[in-house]
Amino acid sequence: MSLSHPSPVRKAKNSAAYVLVVLAFVVAIIPLVSILWTVIVKGAKDFNGEFLSHSMRNVAEQDPNGGAYHAILGTLEQVGIAVVITVPLSLMAAIFLVEYGRGRLAQWVTFFVDVMMGLPSIVAGLFVLSFWILGLGFKVSGFAASLALTILMLPIAIRSTEEMLKLVSPALREASYALGVPKWRTITKVVLPTALPGIVTGMMLGVARILGETAPVLLLVGVSESINPNPFANPQGSLPLFVFSEAQNSLQTAINRGWAAALTLIILVMLLNLIARLIAWWKAPAAAR
Amino acid sequence: MAKRIDVSGLSAYYGAVRAIEDISLTVEPRTVTAFIGPSGCGKSTVLRTLNRMHEVIPGARVEGKVMLDDVDLYGAGIDPVAVRRTIGMVFQRPNPFPTMSIYENVAAGLRLNGIKARGDMDGIVEQSLRGANLWNEVKDRLNKPGMGLSGGQQQRLCIARAIAVSPDVLLMDEPCSALDPISTLAIEDLIAQLKNEYTIVIVTHNMQQAARVSDRTAFFNIEGTGKPGKLIEIDDTPRIFANPSQRATEDYITGRFG
Repeated sequence: MSLSHPSPVRKAKNSAAYVLVVLAFVVAIIPLVSILWTVIVKGAKDFNGEFLSHSMRNVAEQDPNGGAYHAILGTLEQVGIAVVITVPLSLMAAIFLVEYGRGRLAQWVTFFVDVMMGLPSIVAGLFVLSFWILGLGFKVSGFAASLALTILMLPIAIRSTEEMLKLVSPALREASYALGVPKWRTITKVVLPTALPGIVTGMMLGVARILGETAPVLLLVGVSESINPNPFANPQGSLPLFVFSEAQNSLQTAINRGWAAALTLIILVMLLNLIARLIAWWKAPAAAR
Repeated sequence: MAKRIDVSGLSAYYGAVRAIEDISLTVEPRTVTAFIGPSGCGKSTVLRTLNRMHEVIPGARVEGKVMLDDVDLYGAGIDPVAVRRTIGMVFQRPNPFPTMSIYENVAAGLRLNGIKARGDMDGIVEQSLRGANLWNEVKDRLNKPGMGLSGGQQQRLCIARAIAVSPDVLLMDEPCSALDPISTLAIEDLIAQLKNEYTIVIVTHNMQQAARVSDRTAFFNIEGTGKPGKLIEIDDTPRIFANPSQRATEDYITGRFG
């Protein structure tokens, strides 16, 4: 066996593999960059203070005025309610699965969570439509959309929280038990704080998913041009729905508004991502900073 | 504060498997007792049954009695969580809580149990860190994370955390096996000091350490894989190393197996 430098054949193979990997990366990145670029360029036309602070009330489709304020408010409220319901539920479910579940119930819960992961968003919307609106007789509202968004966010939140809790070393739980700390306190004061950065990231992934969901919102939120700050009564605006309806229009004024709304949506997702990273950094085990 | 432990007829099971069988021994207060024996002989299991940590594993159970002074730890109505507050444990790999500072780690045993000890917490933390021979090294950085210390310092931090709750007994499961020789020496010196206030039981893989550190030594052995571990012999340390009464003990100590 020769101890000298690698043969030219090996070097050639190495370079070829390197080039292929870089190429694959570039190809994968191109759609992403292209989308971002398109949205920024097209959305920037209408994206301004007026757009962000006005609704479409009394604005005809050929008017260049108007804005997405009602839609932004609607989406924030709908997603907000979904998050408020999902976070505690998913935390408790994940804690049950990891810390307490051993028997059949845990197996069934895991199975159903996995099934829910693959649920098409329109189906979630249809379910809430038939159960909440047709069945229980409520009217279309922001809250109905929140229910569908909750169904879509729950499995992601439960799964990622479960994985993060499992990552906490059993040695830490042992250390806590050995001090005579009861199990529930060990979970709240030792396990959860340790897993917190990962849990926050997982929740944010869930939020990022539901922010852009159009299908369930289409069925459940009605049509609204005006600002409706009450998610529990009457139709409400929604940002992805606004993009959808404006973009379908043939008039350029409407299309511009659609692009600006799409840009707003992407900015919202990025903002939330940043906030999540900030929270995770702030709460991180001090040594990891 | 230090108490005496009496074990009689103790057997422990993981589900249907009997891990240790019919263990009987006594640990006098303010002494250091070492558990030695080959891998898998059940010495860690015996240690864990002393503070009911064995039960944390699902399906694990115990038969027999463990008396702390005159209280049967496995008696009806005894809360295992309360038992663990009186009998502390230090593990093989140092495990300070990563989200807490040095100060918070030492105070954890009290705070996590809801004990406020208002003005006194500073005093308790200092006393525990002094007791663990760590005070001088960390007194200027109590607010820094516990994970930022070296291995030996982390282990002493865990010892400080364990003694902060004023236990009656301190159990140590191979506390030095993950440490370098200098840190090991520091911990062994610490054990010699701690025995003035606590009853200590230490499991060790290192026979020389048992000889250095303990007053009494218990030798455990196992007949074969799948068989339960048994206590072969327990005696004063100098005698068991110089003149063991059982053949198996002598074989282990002279290195013929293990």
